[in-house]
Amino acid sequence: MNERMTGAEMVVRAFQDQDVAHIFGYPGGAVLPIYDALFQQNSIEHILVRHEQGAVHAAEGYARSSGKVGVVLVTSGPGATNAVTGLTDALMDSIPLVCITGQVPTYLIGSDAFQECDTVGITRHCTKHNYLVKRIEDLPRILHEAFLVAKSGRPGPVVVDIPKDIQFATGDYTGKDTIVHKSYRPRVEGDVAKIEAAVAMMARAKKPVFYTGGGIINAGPEASALLRELARLTGFPVTSTLMGLGAYPANDPQWLGMLGMHGTYEANMAMHGCDVLINLGARFDDRITGRLDGFAPHSLRGRTPEAGRIHVDIDPSSLNKTVRVDIGIVGDAKNVLREMLRLWKEKAPQPNGEALKGWWKEINTWRARNSLSYEQAGPIIKPQYAIERLYALTKDRDTYITTEVGQHQMWAAQHFHFDEPNRWMTSGGLGTMGYGLPAAIGVQKAHKDALVIDIAGEASILMNMQEMSTAAQYRLPVKVFILNNEYMGMVRQWQELLHGGRYSESYSAALPDFVKLAEAYHAHGIRCDDPEKLDAAIMEMIDYPGPVIFDCLVAKEENCFPMIPSGKAHNEMILPDFKGKTSDIIDARGKQLV
Amino acid sequence: MKSHYSDPVALQIVERRTFCVLVDNEPGVLARIAGMFSGRGYNIESLTVSETQHEEHLSRITIVTSGTPNVLDQIEAQLDRLVPVHRVVNLSAKSAIERELALVKVAQHGADRSEHRMEALRLATAFGAKTVDATLNSFIFELAGPSDDVERFINLMSAIGLVEVSRTGAAAIARGAAGLGDRASAESAA
Repeated sequence: MNERMTGAEMVVRAFQDQDVAHIFGYPGGAVLPIYDALFQQNSIEHILVRHEQGAVHAAEGYARSSGKVGVVLVTSGPGATNAVTGLTDALMDSIPLVCITGQVPTYLIGSDAFQECDTVGITRHCTKHNYLVKRIEDLPRILHEAFLVAKSGRPGPVVVDIPKDIQFATGDYTGKDTIVHKSYRPRVEGDVAKIEAAVAMMARAKKPVFYTGGGIINAGPEASALLRELARLTGFPVTSTLMGLGAYPANDPQWLGMLGMHGTYEANMAMHGCDVLINLGARFDDRITGRLDGFAPHSLRGRTPEAGRIHVDIDPSSLNKTVRVDIGIVGDAKNVLREMLRLWKEKAPQPNGEALKGWWKEINTWRARNSLSYEQAGPIIKPQYAIERLYALTKDRDTYITTEVGQHQMWAAQHFHFDEPNRWMTSGGLGTMGYGLPAAIGVQKAHKDALVIDIAGEASILMNMQEMSTAAQYRLPVKVFILNNEYMGMVRQWQELLHGGRYSESYSAALPDFVKLAEAYHAHGIRCDDPEKLDAAIMEMIDYPGPVIFDCLVAKEENCFPMIPSGKAHNEMILPDFKGKTSDIIDARGKQLV
Repeated sequence: MKSHYSDPVALQIVERRTFCVLVDNEPGVLARIAGMFSGRGYNIESLTVSETQHEEHLSRITIVTSGTPNVLDQIEAQLDRLVPVHRVVNLSAKSAIERELALVKVAQHGADRSEHRMEALRLATAFGAKTVDATLNSFIFELAGPSDDVERFINLMSAIGLVEVSRTGAAAIARGAAGLGDRASAESAA
């Protein structure tokens, strides 16, 4: 049954057995045998990036938009070290990746050989798990284990470091079905007794809120469908983290918008005022909670007879990490939601309709503050307006959005609305500038006929601009929509808030001419600085059959509001109509925080 | 609770806790565990490791650590999510035996030499330490016992010519008939 083949052939064979259709990579001396094996087959397409960081982000975009494992192939030394940022990004955002790195031959390891680095040592802290393959006998098992570990439990990146002599060595290949991991047993089924207690707590709630996260997206489209059903059945309001956008439809009346530092007023006030907090697949990140001693105070147990906190997470270490909860359920969001729904239907509780009605009334007064408002007046394009028009003109299409990191990312999260999961790819945990373009390339590879737009800032986009060359080579019609305010906008905003408006090194000087840059990359360039012409320019971008760089010149010193200033709680937001001095908002203690 | 927004109200007392961790004895596993502690800013007071089940290539690691109860619970969860970890047991929560081994070298010089030698031997006897090496002006004692006893013995010896100490850190095991086993065997038994 077992077949003899070389290590390099095993890598390709394992990819085929794992139904890998696309891999993102960059060749080099220590992976030549694997590239040779790739050359001699047709089932897997390799996408040649221009920098290994781009390969990892592309694989992330591919994985997040398709639900599959993203696969990366890079060489030893600089190939591996360049991948580190992407791996860390995938770890923070729980994205399933398998990254194969070449390594110098086993007998040279430790000799400071050319392009040698301690890849497993360097990536130990930025992967879910990693392996150095020292014997050909171990290779097939490790390859299949890598896929298992990457995609199961809380997903994450896995590195397999394969020395060159192992790639040349011959051994017996074994298929994926023979793999039983010795120790790794993620818990995916929630404890039924706890789910029952959670349902009982939800049924008593007077002011409940669902706080959902990336765990719903990672649990697959079924989890999103279940969440919608549970929300409809209970009538509770729903908010989500940056990572979870799209799991619940933004066009639904029960949707409060995103919560957290740049979340909506109604979402944050609902968190502040809720008596039962139901966290589904989110991790109480500091961008979400704000000041912990002021976080969701009315849900503290004992505050009212109803009060309590429920947390569903697939990672046991997420429970009680930053916020104590009363009912912590370890399990896959899909399974737990299914069970919650079953129990809710079975027990058919009678929620306190009167109280819920009052709660919605309260929420609607917060909504009426219209916290995402902005004023588009005069000849200069407001960045929020640009996103709003981009959304209006693309919402009826098969659209996927990626972003870079900064103000444009938050404006996109606020003003672009998502009705389906897997449509929104952004670097949340790590906050990696340069994420969006390579991620868009990965998304486009997974969805070849879709409209894929990287909403970018002029500073972020330059961090991985070289990947335009990849887009050109593979005729991937990705659209880069740059909100160009000539500043690293979020840095500038924080300097305004924290450092007296001393804009140290945050001005984007000597920018390239993005239209000419597009042309240099065999793409189409568009520039627009006129609100009147914006719609036509966006339509030109959408209709162009190839890659586009859209240089949208926007208001330079617009702040991204609403905002929970650092060191403050949910009910201490700055709203867009703030008229005071922005430099007085944050106190000394808040200034220390990131 | 560690966060950008740590909670000053919830002050907690720092405790000591002993974890027993059953892991696959694969390359890098110790670095993974030690790295988790350093990367997340946790303390390691002592760490001992040795392969204990040769056929299954399982190693048993005993870690003594300290922190607030929240931090200690978080350490347990973080250990448990490492891929090569089979099982984590909080031995402090159970009735457990904890022992460590120390090799203590003392040397005597000068006028009080013979008096100090007699005293060193008397103390060694009192603590149940074995004399494993002796010269005309030195001894090496081997002492196995609870870490507190080892600590006291070393403190006493420092007054009578302590030269150097080598300590293993704690090894620990739960009282009673039940074994730590591993997750796989626990599952098959259930």
